[in-house]
Amino acid sequence: MAKLYEEIQEVAAQYPSRLSAVMPALRLAQERHGWLPPEAFREVADALELTPAYCQAVASFYDMFHLEPVGRHMVEVCTNVSCALVGAQQVLEAFEVELGVHAGETTEDGEVTLRTVECAGGCGWGTVVAVDHRYREPVHPEDVSGIVKELRGA
Amino acid sequence: VALRELLFEHADERDLTKRKEYEAVGGYASLRKAVGMERQAVIDELLAANVRGRGGAGFPMGRKASFLPKPDESPKPIYLVANADESEPGTFKDREIMLRVPHMFVEGVVIASYAIGAAHAFIYLRGEYLAEFEVMTRALDRARKAGYVGPDVLGSGWGLTVVVHRGAGAYICGEETALLDSLEGRRGQPRTKPPFPAISGLYASPTLINNVETLATVPKILELGGAEYARLGVENSAGTRVFSLSGNVVKGGNYELELGTTLRELIYDIGGGIPDGRELKAIIPGGSSVPVLSADQVDAALDFDSMVEAGTMLGSGAVIVIDDRCCMVQLGLRVAQFYMHESCGKCTPCREGTRWMVQLLRRIEEGEASQDELDVLLNVCDRILGNCLCPLGDAAAMPVASYVVKFRDEYQRHIDEGGCPFGGESSLDGVLAPVDQHHARVRGEIEVPAPA
Repeated sequence: MAKLYEEIQEVAAQYPSRLSAVMPALRLAQERHGWLPPEAFREVADALELTPAYCQAVASFYDMFHLEPVGRHMVEVCTNVSCALVGAQQVLEAFEVELGVHAGETTEDGEVTLRTVECAGGCGWGTVVAVDHRYREPVHPEDVSGIVKELRGA
Repeated sequence: VALRELLFEHADERDLTKRKEYEAVGGYASLRKAVGMERQAVIDELLAANVRGRGGAGFPMGRKASFLPKPDESPKPIYLVANADESEPGTFKDREIMLRVPHMFVEGVVIASYAIGAAHAFIYLRGEYLAEFEVMTRALDRARKAGYVGPDVLGSGWGLTVVVHRGAGAYICGEETALLDSLEGRRGQPRTKPPFPAISGLYASPTLINNVETLATVPKILELGGAEYARLGVENSAGTRVFSLSGNVVKGGNYELELGTTLRELIYDIGGGIPDGRELKAIIPGGSSVPVLSADQVDAALDFDSMVEAGTMLGSGAVIVIDDRCCMVQLGLRVAQFYMHESCGKCTPCREGTRWMVQLLRRIEEGEASQDELDVLLNVCDRILGNCLCPLGDAAAMPVASYVVKFRDEYQRHIDEGGCPFGGESSLDGVLAPVDQHHARVRGEIEVPAPA
């Protein structure tokens, strides 16, 4: 864990105030653990001389920090207005069928988490789906089985 | 009508993510020019250009920069913050600017920092934008190697550090004071104004905050000269804008046009019109936070004043086209769900009001609402408006109230007929919003996987 501590110091040095490093530090911790377990908050708090509770309070504000375990892969379907107008719900349902989970759930083997997200910023090319944070645009229901196969094979 | 590309000029035929390619078409010449000028002379060019903010509020950039104290009068350091937290629904222009002309954005950041005398600039980049983060990191690295960013910019004796700070998923952080709190390492909640960021912003120091597109425009302003730039567009709306076109339209995408182009030209001439032989029903002209326009307002011009005359706002320049398959109650519900999800919880009218809006709209959609609930909905909107620290609550109340007022008959039919007249055939039927997914989790309807 010494490495995470040092990485956080390096990031903190970029800012006039070390407190500014709390978000990048949480991101680093999440990359390491896959999510943010209590241990991660202790590590970040230790590196930045904060309390674990403070770090958790910051993390819980932001959608991209996971306070509970998630799958090794993340599939995020935008269902905001522009995507919804061109069939985002059908794309979401295709993923639910293909993965055998509802939106908000993780497959039993812990491989894939499926969730809906608010506007991803690809509105002109909807439906936008972020697969492990890489945007696929546009995604149609018929593309879904191919994406899931790709994830299962990865 | 033709595109008028200032930002995306040459971006089709060249790979402008490469520094040398950007330099080959005159890139970084404006920076060279700027560091040879007095700081005030650079601000004067921005004032002459009359360039208004491209993030949504439309405040003139030169005036905003003028509010900051001069470097020799300020006991505190001065900061520049680039707002790259693009997340207004319908908007995807800043992303394309960063992906295709990242150096133009970097050059704008450096020139603006020079103008205000900042030694430290931050780019607050939306957390989801991974590809954009990679492109910006590389572009900044190349700019540093070439001496455009660093301890001694082009031998001027003035130094600038630029840090890319990644967000982590919160719409509210696009609001400038929430962004500052987030950048300081807190939950992203808006601050009271005044003091404005120009006086007390990042770390309680004078701070200039501008949107990506606004900053990317700065090199062109210096290249053309402010007065020449101001000749583009129409009165009170100088220059070009990158309009994000989406929804029920044949060719969605970003299109850079002179301000003053009409919605009809954008949607039909450039966007190819409405697909599948459907009818235009409504247009959201500036992102989901602005009041809706009806189909008969399609000849309104896309500039600040014309949009206000039409009863709406130019906002972020995100044009969402809606055809006759869409139920306007479902639209209201989906928009309200977004703002409920993104409300930071600081101000009661927004936190509670958006929740009330969602509940009332769901009852109307499901045919459970009584006649007076329609007025309760408008009353809730009215009680949010103007009663919060930041515009998020207004951004929920204004559009939803406009749907009710403009499409009152459709709302009335839901009550009269005890349900949705679209009978499950609306384009937005049953769409799952993240807020519903979260609530299902809280209610225990979704099982949380056990820790490994």
